[in-house]
Amino acid sequence: MKPRIVVDMISCVGHRLCADLFPERITLDDWGYPIIDASAIPPELLSHAKRTIEACPTLALRLDKLR
Amino acid sequence: MTHDGRRLLAQVVNKNRTSLADHRCHIARVSEGRAGRADSRLIDAIDSAGLRGRGGAGFPTAIKMRAVVENRKTPVVVVNGTEGEPVSVKDAVLMRLQPHLVLDGAAIAATAVGANEIHVCIERNNVAAIKSIELALLERAQCEPSSVVVHVHGTPPRYVAGEETALIHWLNGGDAKPTATPPRPFERGVGGRPTLVDNVETLAHVAQIVHNGPSWFRETGTQDEPGTALLTVGGAVAHGAVYEAPIGTPLAHILARAGTPSGVRAVLVGGYFGSWIAGDQLKTAALSNASLRPRGGGLGCGAVMVLPERCCGVVESTRVMRWMAMETAGQCGPCVNGLESIAATMSHIAMGSAQPEALQWLDRWALQVDGRGACKFPDGAMRFLRSALLAFGPDFLAHASGRVCADVEMPKVLPIPNVAPGWR
Repeated sequence: MKPRIVVDMISCVGHRLCADLFPERITLDDWGYPIIDASAIPPELLSHAKRTIEACPTLALRLDKLR
Repeated sequence: MTHDGRRLLAQVVNKNRTSLADHRCHIARVSEGRAGRADSRLIDAIDSAGLRGRGGAGFPTAIKMRAVVENRKTPVVVVNGTEGEPVSVKDAVLMRLQPHLVLDGAAIAATAVGANEIHVCIERNNVAAIKSIELALLERAQCEPSSVVVHVHGTPPRYVAGEETALIHWLNGGDAKPTATPPRPFERGVGGRPTLVDNVETLAHVAQIVHNGPSWFRETGTQDEPGTALLTVGGAVAHGAVYEAPIGTPLAHILARAGTPSGVRAVLVGGYFGSWIAGDQLKTAALSNASLRPRGGGLGCGAVMVLPERCCGVVESTRVMRWMAMETAGQCGPCVNGLESIAATMSHIAMGSAQPEALQWLDRWALQVDGRGACKFPDGAMRFLRSALLAFGPDFLAHASGRVCADVEMPKVLPIPNVAPGWR
């Protein structure tokens, strides 16, 4: 099971914290909404990813297990 | 099949509505099942017929049914007749002329998955279709008592209201806006129960498959996409109407049937969320997903809109994109902001007042917006944008550099409906 980040775009309002906290997988589009690189997150980045998910003010991010 | 290839509309005489008595001369009633118990033989028949949904996505109907059945709770069937595509009227015509074929299909779908409840959803301005279905239900109540409860709903007149999660959210008392998935409707839908959402034309095919058998269904159409499809043909044609043709029919045949006295600049296949066909492809394209998907398009809702020879594709595409920007549910940032930015930039290009980088912005935004909404609405809008840039490439270049073509003065072809406020 490979973990990846998933965003609920309805909940996201573009606070932009995630792209600062986890640039390894998250960049911003021209309007400030996150573009998620859905590739698997390696173990050494996992705690980093979890901190980012917890920091989202609207709780729009979650960790998904990619088969 | 009748000589002209009609199946769903074969019984229609002089554009009159088929009554229950007339309908039963052609198709027998299928006995009802029991709530909570699926009938796998019906699903198997639909599976071997190879029926794909006719609402736009073209997903295999039997797979949807099996997904609903896997859940333990008693399922619900939603009949989707919302038809939010501005240039499609095939579902409206089907409900008006052949309501019993649609209701037979809905009843069979309910038996197939073991549902005891059917919700028929029709856009509330489509009064003729609502009346036809309600009259049909009265006819059936008198002659054919049923244990399955059928409700008819008039839905908000918004494009995305017909998206299946939006429809379910609205039936559950919320706004008719798409919701985040999972859960998908087959997991948790109306009243929290597993829900099968099928387009009205799909269900009409279900009724004929069960009556005539899967091999009859496969006698026309293609191996991968059997059967006929209803096509709304409009724009610069002599005979704009709903046609029924085997899937895989060459686009040129349909254009010849409808008549194109003003010539053909391009054809929009699949409605506003379909794609443009232009140039040599007008001769080679066929009306099937197998032919259209490699070109970036699809059969979609089966709408075929013809632009005449003298017509500006940049202007027509811009008007559609402007409508799309207004029809967003306003929930997802990339959709709300992206469609607005794209529509505004296209307007500048169309009018010859664009910044030098305008076309590069469109390419960049098409990539940024695609796949980033909760539903597929922005994806469809980007498909349309890409096909417009491809079909009218030289025109976009000319307009973007300030050289507006003479055809911008020609009458506009594509209808742009008003966007109604309110989501309940």
